[in-house]
Amino acid sequence: MDGLKERIRKAVHNQPQPTVTILSSLLAVEDELGYIPPEAVDEVAGFNRATINDVWAVVSFYPNFRTTPPGQHRVEVCWGPSCHLVGAMPVIAAVLEAVGLPAEGDTPDGRLSLRYNTCLGACAQAPVMSIDHHLIGRITPEQARNRLADYGAGPATE
Amino acid sequence: MAPTFQELQAQAEQRWQALTAGDRPWIRVGTALCGQAAGADAVVQALQESLERHNAAAQISQVGCLGLCFAEPLVDVQLPGQPRVFYANVTPEQAEEIIASHIVQGIPLAGSALGCLGSDDGGGDSSDNGETGDLPDLNRHPMRAREQRIALRNAGNIDPLDIYQYAANGGYRALHQALTGMTGAEVLEQVNISGLRGRGGAAFATGTKWRFLAGSQAPVKYILCNCEEGDPGAFNDKGILESDPHTVVEGILLAGYATGANYGYIFIRSGHDGPIDRTRAAVAQAYDLGLLGRNILGSDFSFDLEVALTGDSYVSGEETALMEAIEGSRAMPRYRPPFPAQVGVFGQPTNINNVKTLAYVPEIVARGGAWFAGIGHERSTGTAILCLSGALNYTGMVELPMGINLQDVLYEIAGGVPGGKELKFIQTGGPLGGVLGADATDLVLDFEVFRNAGAILGSGGIIAADEDTCAVDLTRVLIAFCQYESCGKCFPCRMGMSHLLEVLERISRLEGGPEDLALMRNIGENMQAGSLCGHGQLGFNPVSSALRFFAGEFEAHITERRCPTGSCQTPWFSPRLSRR
Ligand SMILES: Cc1cc2nc3c(=O)[nH]c(=O)nc-3n(C[C@H](O)[C@H](O)[C@H](O)COP(=O)(O)O)c2cc1C
Ligand code: FES
Repeated sequence: MDGLKERIRKAVHNQPQPTVTILSSLLAVEDELGYIPPEAVDEVAGFNRATINDVWAVVSFYPNFRTTPPGQHRVEVCWGPSCHLVGAMPVIAAVLEAVGLPAEGDTPDGRLSLRYNTCLGACAQAPVMSIDHHLIGRITPEQARNRLADYGAGPATE
Repeated sequence: MAPTFQELQAQAEQRWQALTAGDRPWIRVGTALCGQAAGADAVVQALQESLERHNAAAQISQVGCLGLCFAEPLVDVQLPGQPRVFYANVTPEQAEEIIASHIVQGIPLAGSALGCLGSDDGGGDSSDNGETGDLPDLNRHPMRAREQRIALRNAGNIDPLDIYQYAANGGYRALHQALTGMTGAEVLEQVNISGLRGRGGAAFATGTKWRFLAGSQAPVKYILCNCEEGDPGAFNDKGILESDPHTVVEGILLAGYATGANYGYIFIRSGHDGPIDRTRAAVAQAYDLGLLGRNILGSDFSFDLEVALTGDSYVSGEETALMEAIEGSRAMPRYRPPFPAQVGVFGQPTNINNVKTLAYVPEIVARGGAWFAGIGHERSTGTAILCLSGALNYTGMVELPMGINLQDVLYEIAGGVPGGKELKFIQTGGPLGGVLGADATDLVLDFEVFRNAGAILGSGGIIAADEDTCAVDLTRVLIAFCQYESCGKCFPCRMGMSHLLEVLERISRLEGGPEDLALMRNIGENMQAGSLCGHGQLGFNPVSSALRFFAGEFEAHITERRCPTGSCQTPWFSPRLSRR
């Protein structure tokens, strides 16, 4: 438990850039832990001389922040228009099937967290997905299934 | 001790000479987001391993995006003093062959090369490139043949992490010229003469905007560079920052000098590691060499620049919401007035420009505003930096003089639609820009011409849809995006988007009613009249433009209960969770 608080404290206090704000502090915590636990909200509020309410307002606004620990691997699939037009939906369908989820969310075994992304920034390589921030372009449903199998998705590996 | 400009230039020249005509080959690999998505990291690794296996020496550099994204991973091999040879869609196995043949034996793999560029085509446009044997000249590729590269002059040519490579290609020359021989007002005047207009969406005259800020006597003033770039289908801002970040740093410095501002932020969406890391590195290098900080290049001009990140929020690209995000709050737009030039970020006078806008400035100052004004079409001077994606053969990023016909862009430069299919419509200028039917694409690249046609040239994203696309389906996706991204501050946008999405989903499910089109128009009018920022004001554009071109398709869904292309029958997914 103390380990967590210490990691939060370090992330918040050791931000390299000159301008430190609630948002920058939260991004630093997210980088460190992958999520924003209640302890981080306290720390960020104290460090920025703000209230817990001010901090929650920011946490709840930006959908990249999550408040529970993420799965071991983070999968994002783009549903933006460039990707949509060249086959993002079949890719998402395949991904959902492979990870056994009805929609974006976390697998119960804690292996994978799946999120839809509005644009992963590689639209010229649509459709695009990413695993742990590693982009994969021109992906087919088949390739998406195979990639995810490498990360332990699917019933066979249980 | 920071070097003088002459020392910097001499160093840069020497290093560039060693790279291009030294004792070992130079291999450049595109590792911008497009390259990474195509697997460039594995190719870089394979090249390195193969060099070691062959005990061969070569300099491998990771560069940005040359624009030919469809050809990524793109490997560019230059033997000392020889032309650059480009290999497209390279796999790790082919990387091995390239090393074995081209590097070790000095024999280019003619069969698998896309083309070549002249030996001293380090930066900018070259016309003097010879053909290497029977390799085609890469500048004759449809995607490059009509390009005129100003903001993208270095993209894909130089290592973005190496400030000396930027300097060797004319970098920081304009800054030096301004600091030694021009007043701020003279710099501003050149930008005025150039006719430069903002590339972030609204196409507002940059010189006019700068004059607002220059007119303020406040001691602390800010220049903000907007790389939120949340428009799906647009990647040119990120592309410039990860290909040539120093161009933007120099543009910001010139903006500061012209307006009397001494502080700046480059604002980037978190999560895009490539552009963020490369921009941060560029800022750090500029500080190291005295190009940022106090008394830049020995002058009495000082400027501090920082990279600020935002969370996921499309609306944080709106200028006042961006200021909220920099201050660390929810990215919700502010009421105006007061305008940013009076009360901006941290309560101080502020100017905000798009990445592309600022990336033009060094060349405008170096070559003069009249030169830039001589390029382009009527009031749209200079070039358009387009991102081509969707159903096109050549997807990527091109910089074309304004005035080129959009049909040439689609059918010639982008190579038309794959599989011999027909183009159905295009979506331009981000989701808020709406769609244009294929038969309405006989337009030239020009802000006013696009606006008169009911579209937005805006930030330059062009997404193409082929005949298999359902207009209702894509409209639903665009509105789903707009709904998801509404910041929630003003109710006409927050509720209007939700209502529009509800109606569109119903139409997509073939459950729409005859009153639904009128209902959407009614919602749209309220959004336009009552929303605080452009997100809600323009948020009906996707629907109204689709109705203008494809009313029949909406009718088919509603009255005949069928989707002519069948797209709406396949399962679709979009985020349920939105901002809370
Ligand atoms: C909802 C919304 C989103 C916007 N997103 C961006 C963006 O991502 N990048 C950008 O440069 N401008 C964006 N803009 C436009 C900015 O408000 C602003 O006009 C622009 O950054 C000014 O730069 P320019 O004069 O160089 O075009 C957005 C506007 C709205 C209403
Ligand atoms: S729309 Fe999918 S990566 Fe941009």
